[in-house]
Amino acid sequence: MGLIARRIEADGIPTLSMTSAFSITRSVNPPRAAFLDYPLGHTTGKALDPRLQRDIMVASLAAFQELAVPGAVKMLPFRWSDDDDWKREVMEGGDTRTERSAQPVYQCEADRRLARDAGECPTCVFL
Amino acid sequence: MGTRRAPVDHIVRTRDLYSRLGHEPYRWVRNVDPPAWTRPAKPLAECRVGLVASGGVYRTGQVAFHHRDDVSLRIIDTGVPAAELRTSHFAYDQTDARIDPNVVFPVDTLRALARDGVIGELSRRAYTFMGGIYSARRVRETLAPELSRRLAADQVDLALLVPV
Repeated sequence: MGLIARRIEADGIPTLSMTSAFSITRSVNPPRAAFLDYPLGHTTGKALDPRLQRDIMVASLAAFQELAVPGAVKMLPFRWSDDDDWKREVMEGGDTRTERSAQPVYQCEADRRLARDAGECPTCVFL
Repeated sequence: MGTRRAPVDHIVRTRDLYSRLGHEPYRWVRNVDPPAWTRPAKPLAECRVGLVASGGVYRTGQVAFHHRDDVSLRIIDTGVPAAELRTSHFAYDQTDARIDPNVVFPVDTLRALARDGVIGELSRRAYTFMGGIYSARRVRETLAPELSRRLAADQVDLALLVPV
């Protein structure tokens, strides 16, 4: 996503990249980022906690005013839990990725039928 | 408060994972040159905000993503009920995103902030894709210009990018 941020910003639109992968963000170096130290899959907060999601978003969007140096990263103060044991589990975890096939993978079977019944998808852009 | 640990180094994590699987290490893009910089032209409360997310979010009725370097986009009307949002991704634990898509696609959050005047408005069209695209060249030459062109056409003042 950092490559995309760099392009959009170069074309004249200010960007903010949310991130929970600090080292990747540092390496790809997008114009402006807000780092949330959460497990992947929670880039904008915890499930079913709209108050927290809002606080995270407000603090992140403030980076548009606060950051003044290209490549700067705002460190958000939120913690996933009182201890950071989840990080050890992430590092020790094995491969959970799915097979890489070129067939669409639906969340559920009903979605496949809905997509088929809808016919050509005008909001899908195949590049 | 328990022990504080440094952020998980996902570059090291994927390198270790790949070497255990006998793959070559993935070479992340490393940009040492400073990125472009565009100053916001107006206060947040007057800005139209565009949303781009890479967690593999699609809406019911749309074709889902496939898991082999899918560079396609989904256009999602930001009036969408969250209950019609789904995820399809090869790499991250989608359990929470499927309970509440706002953890990777903050559409309810941004709608509420627009309603309360914190942002000017949420752009009508959000863009999603799956990410995890191995070829940085394809992202640079195909996906990035397409998204940039669309956000400009939508006349957004700011773009919020939410990777996973």
